[in-house]
Amino acid sequence: MTDLLHHPLVEFTTEHAPLQFINEHGQRVENQHNAEFDQYLAHLSVEDLKSFYRDMMVVRRFDVEATALQRQGELALYAPLLGQEAAQVGSGRALATTDMVFPSYREHGVAHTRGLDMTKILQLFRGVNHGGWDSFERNFHMYTLVIGSHALHAVGYAMGIQQDAKLAQARGGQEAAAQAAPEAVMVYFGDGATSQGDVSEALGFAAVNNAPVVFFCQNNQWAISVPNHLQFKSPLYLRGTGFGVPGVRVDGNDVLAVHAATRWALDYARHGHGPVFIEAVTYRMGAHTTSDDPTKYRTREEEAQWRAKDPIDRIRRALEDEGVWSEADDAALTAELEGFGEYVRGYVRSLEAPPVTSMFDHVYGSPNALVEEDRAWFTRYQESFVDGEGDAQ
Amino acid sequence: MTAVASQVPSAQTSTQRLPFAKAITEGLRAAMRRDEKVMLMGEDIGALGGVFRVTEGLQAEFGAHRVVDTPLAESGIVGTALGLSMRGYRPVVEIQFDGFIFPAYDQITTQLAKMHYRSQGRLSVPVVIRVPFGGGIGAVEHHSESPEALFAHTPGLRVVSPGSPQDAFVMIQEAIASPDPVLFFEPKGRYWEKGPVDLGVEPAGSADTLNRAVVARPGTDVTVVAYGPTVATALRSAEAAAQEGVSLEVIDVRAVSPLDTATIVQSVKRTGRCVVVHEAVTYLGLGAEIAARVTEQCFYELEAPVLRVGGFHHPYPVAKLEHEYLPSLDRVLDAVDRVLAH
Ligand SMILES: Cc1ncc(C[n+]2csc(CCOP(=O)(O)OP(=O)(O)O)c2C)c(N)n1
Repeated sequence: MTDLLHHPLVEFTTEHAPLQFINEHGQRVENQHNAEFDQYLAHLSVEDLKSFYRDMMVVRRFDVEATALQRQGELALYAPLLGQEAAQVGSGRALATTDMVFPSYREHGVAHTRGLDMTKILQLFRGVNHGGWDSFERNFHMYTLVIGSHALHAVGYAMGIQQDAKLAQARGGQEAAAQAAPEAVMVYFGDGATSQGDVSEALGFAAVNNAPVVFFCQNNQWAISVPNHLQFKSPLYLRGTGFGVPGVRVDGNDVLAVHAATRWALDYARHGHGPVFIEAVTYRMGAHTTSDDPTKYRTREEEAQWRAKDPIDRIRRALEDEGVWSEADDAALTAELEGFGEYVRGYVRSLEAPPVTSMFDHVYGSPNALVEEDRAWFTRYQESFVDGEGDAQ
Repeated sequence: MTAVASQVPSAQTSTQRLPFAKAITEGLRAAMRRDEKVMLMGEDIGALGGVFRVTEGLQAEFGAHRVVDTPLAESGIVGTALGLSMRGYRPVVEIQFDGFIFPAYDQITTQLAKMHYRSQGRLSVPVVIRVPFGGGIGAVEHHSESPEALFAHTPGLRVVSPGSPQDAFVMIQEAIASPDPVLFFEPKGRYWEKGPVDLGVEPAGSADTLNRAVVARPGTDVTVVAYGPTVATALRSAEAAAQEGVSLEVIDVRAVSPLDTATIVQSVKRTGRCVVVHEAVTYLGLGAEIAARVTEQCFYELEAPVLRVGGFHHPYPVAKLEHEYLPSLDRVLDAVDRVLAH
């Protein structure tokens, strides 16, 4: 068994051969290069594989429900992840609870693997707040809408993990520092995001600091309407190498390949070897967001090609071929999904606008005269309506 | 109640005469000694001690893990500082010169400023951004700018600028103690001017000094409002005006955001006249905000329109002309004459 952790600079993969364990027909693939990653799947039981499939199905159901809710006018906007379930579930399930995740705005599936109720994300899309969950409740940070900017936050946070150890050491607590469970950070972004300066700056900062951070790029082929070839010229998994950050290319529609590569990368980072860049090659089968019209820029042929590589069909076929997925499993899952769908619909419809003066809350963490002046003015203005209840629109 | 200028030294023996820059160094040192989570980051701040030597000696005292030389990337510096602050640190970053803050503008305004709000108060990002700003040092282009209004316009940021070495010493510590992100604009043209600094003053930690303007010199005829580099200009103008029998009250704003309107208004209600002085471009600068507020709140007490003495509407000029651009004692006195003529 190769000791993957000690490769100084790892380029396991080439543009033409992303890491793959299950091909698009649901068949197991064995080759020299996935053999090296076998060790990162060895711990998985049949039940684990079935739960990967279930997770992906729950995430897809969420996507279908949210898309429908947007069409019904219940959500202002929604960003579908249809087709990216394997990339998200496979990587998310490689994380330890102590690891910290910095998502972009489409990582609903990763949220699910963190044990965060994905439905909370819809508060943002319904417009009742800017992020309806606590970043540290499940070590899953709020969404970031400014492309690429959170890559730097992830690296800074990873530098903080290192700083903790340095401070402990400076206090003479080498042992305590050594004993603390090593933590890693994972940051998610898209192919378009790699064009942002912040992602490059993040790679540079991570590299020189040897920071324990994994850059997880879901290359879903499109940045809204702009295809890969108008975004970059060199294969993305090589993006980090100029910075000294090893890169791996995986089949993002193969949940096992994603899982293995991510476990490896997190281990590598946690053991002090520094950052890793993963490119998960996948496809956004839905629209960019519900405001988008993909018929304007992509062909039905392309969509059909990728539909044939559906990440969920693939694992399902593999489970069936192994004879481990029963009709009873199916019935149970169908019932679970129905219940979940109903829950999502009910939850979204129950989300009300917050009290209007909450606009003024939490602008600062300490008293601020400008905010208080405006709050007082607005409150007086509201109260000036005859019934005292005018909503001052 | 009008806050009293904190540059009045106490009788304590801990008072020394220090240049502005060194007062900040001492403030940083005190904060770092107090809390190991305070760390400094920036370009050339380690062995060199920063191009203005404000961090001189700090890496030797606290180690390279607390005084960190970063890659040359402003967005990276601020963005990683934000991540560190989420991990419980209090990063104080140095932007080498005012004109180089723009690559970090996005991180500051879309990320730092809004994290507390977006998270409904669950997250604090107590990052301090130190910016040597303003002109008067004969520099090349992009080294003399006054971009404070751009940041003051963004809710969620505190924007401050000390007007004296004493305040520099205290305010940097208050900025570090603040739970909010703070833009700390250091008047680089005053870095070498000395003033008394009482090193025994502890930060109150209540953000009070970051919220309050102070009366730097009491007076009765005209209120002159200034901050950062123009505080000294205003004080010198008051000195000169006194020779002519005109009494100027100088207010050091200290906090560009939030603006302490009350202290200014209280003064203008007595004097009936107001002149605002800053180096930044006059159009849409802080002076416009102050003039509007004073007009709203002192309409019946005002004897003259509020006048502004500030930068012209062109990029910061070449060094050989900057003395004509910067608000000088003469330009301040000219404005004083004009408000008195009404
Ligand atoms: C800095 C910035 N510029 C533009 C946008 C508008 N925008 C939102 S998503 C997007 C495309 C992003 O593509 P990619 O990074 O590939 O991620 P994907 O949405 O495909 O997952 C754009 C241009 C933005 N959010 N942030």
